[in-house]
Amino acid sequence: MLDFVQQLVSGVALGCVYGLIALGFVLVYKATEVVNFAQGDLMMLGGFFAFTFIGMMGLNYWIGFAGAVAAMALFGMLAERVVVRPILGYPQFSIIMATIGLGYFLRSIAGMIWGTDDLKIETPFSQGVLRMGSLVLAYDKLSVIAATMILCTLLWLFFNKTMLGTAMRASSENMLAAYYMGIPVKRVVSVVWAISAAVATCAGVLLAPITFIHSNVGLVLGLKAFPAAVLGGFGSIPGAVVGGVLIGVIESMAGFYLPEGWKDVAPYVVLLTVLLLKPEGLFGLHVRKKV
Amino acid sequence: MRFLFKTDYEDDIKLFPHSGYVVSYGILLALLLIAPYVLSSYLMSQLVFVCIYAIVGVALLILTGFTGQASLGHAAFLAIGAYTAAYLQKYNVPFPVYFLAAGLLTGIIGAMVGFPALRLTGIYLVIATISFALIVEEILARWESVTNGNEGMRVKTLSLLGVAVPRDSPTFYYLCLAVLVLTIVGTLNLLRSPTGRAFVAIRDSETAARSMGVNVALYKVKSFAISAAITGFAGVLFAHKLSFISPEMFTLQLSIEFIIVILIGGTFSLHGAVLGAIFIVMIDPFLTYLKDDMPGIIAGIAATFGASPATAGNIQSNVAAFASLNGLKGAIYGIIIVLFVLFEPLGLYGRWLKIKLFFQLFPLYKRATFKRQKIYVKSERNR
Repeated sequence: MLDFVQQLVSGVALGCVYGLIALGFVLVYKATEVVNFAQGDLMMLGGFFAFTFIGMMGLNYWIGFAGAVAAMALFGMLAERVVVRPILGYPQFSIIMATIGLGYFLRSIAGMIWGTDDLKIETPFSQGVLRMGSLVLAYDKLSVIAATMILCTLLWLFFNKTMLGTAMRASSENMLAAYYMGIPVKRVVSVVWAISAAVATCAGVLLAPITFIHSNVGLVLGLKAFPAAVLGGFGSIPGAVVGGVLIGVIESMAGFYLPEGWKDVAPYVVLLTVLLLKPEGLFGLHVRKKV
Repeated sequence: MRFLFKTDYEDDIKLFPHSGYVVSYGILLALLLIAPYVLSSYLMSQLVFVCIYAIVGVALLILTGFTGQASLGHAAFLAIGAYTAAYLQKYNVPFPVYFLAAGLLTGIIGAMVGFPALRLTGIYLVIATISFALIVEEILARWESVTNGNEGMRVKTLSLLGVAVPRDSPTFYYLCLAVLVLTIVGTLNLLRSPTGRAFVAIRDSETAARSMGVNVALYKVKSFAISAAITGFAGVLFAHKLSFISPEMFTLQLSIEFIIVILIGGTFSLHGAVLGAIFIVMIDPFLTYLKDDMPGIIAGIAATFGASPATAGNIQSNVAAFASLNGLKGAIYGIIIVLFVLFEPLGLYGRWLKIKLFFQLFPLYKRATFKRQKIYVKSERNR
């Protein structure tokens, strides 16, 4: 029983990371109907930025964290301006390929600049555990869970309660109509990319004590975040986090109870099953096209 | 400029619209046939890879280019073909039998992937095919009794009708070339048949195709099966060419490379598969060449512009250090993909058509001829 709870908690912590990356997917998808295959790599880059600020320049953890988030938000805008904006309105497949290309590029560049070693950031939560009875919870994992919940709530409020959030939903539905209604669509898309890069950075920095940072971390985790986003329904913010947590729990349970090898495959088996039975996901909207 | 007057419905679906095609493709084929006697053994080996990649490219074009179903899982089909060959070869099954068996098995698995894919479009389909490929990769690593796990499998020399065909021999090249030509001709025939037209109709508008009486589900599964089967054939050749296969050869990276093949070549014509294959296979030797020769060339240029020998030497060593950085290849790949998507969405073959049209229409060529239309009013969620 204790094993089960321990696995459950570490699964939830892992799942929150997937959820954070999936949040990035969902944000960009909600606002532009573009799926950003480089989301994991933005996370990786955010981690490296934070490492540069905290580990190399010796800044305070929180200042370094904020600096990395700000820098990555700018970088997200830049990436949107250079790679995505020229091809908005073209078939989705072009944009997927463009972001895959961007991902390749970021991975190699990060490998060149920061090397191929695993890097580690010293965080205030690196040491120490919370003991509840015989249950042991590491602070770094708890910090991921807490941050995910806060970010998810903030983003949900942002999308549903603010003007800018409504503008984003409108421009995803129909860019041209949104433009006619006076929404500055280009700027909206830019802001969305900034936000999603910032969320990715949060994921990267929080993850740093758990998985370390290396140039391929984004690819590995990004691929795991897809099942999370699909399970939650591409386009639902709470869905992304719930999906992420489910995938994380399934993965850690499969690693513990099922034979070796299932751990890596289980998320994708779940993904295929979901796509077969309920392609719109748990929280997704299912709308039929009217002719 | 040549004007083709069509006087018959048959004119629209001719394999060779005019005699120029017969001449130019005849010359190309003749050049390819004498290639082993002219080119170095390294280039011949690259040419074999071009053939294999082009076969996969054609397969992917049927699915992605003509039926509009994106797939990032073709490395898995290639792997299934390769492993079928390696496994059956252990039991002394003759080449023609396991060649066909590999195609058949991959075709069946392709159809099985096609069924769930019926309900999926766009991004969901891409993610589903990625998951399929990752699952296959894991199965290959774990099913040790058949695939020998991560240790990989050795593939014996191909023997065709009792004659051994080493992987470096001209005969093996001719075999790959023959398979490629047969695949291309077969695909051309497929595409001018009702099946092919149904594929294109589904690509352009599923709703319209359905209302014209096309059985969308049937044709999507057919497209998946055909594409997978052709990739399976390529897998057999791939296994023989490498003579050793292991699961880590068939990663997502390879699937992306196949997509790059058709993206760079052009997704609207079979020429694209071949051009893209040439590009992706030749980029490696080209990068090696740049790495070896570029520093010297740049230093030479610097020297002619009046740099002192010391500065030139400095530049040379700096450029050399940059060129041998790890991961430069990945960065170049990334840049190439982004540039093609942004500036040459029709690929290399599209560029060739543009150049051809420019000279045909000489003073009257308009850039807008090939301009794509942007659609802002779509919402893929509401499809």
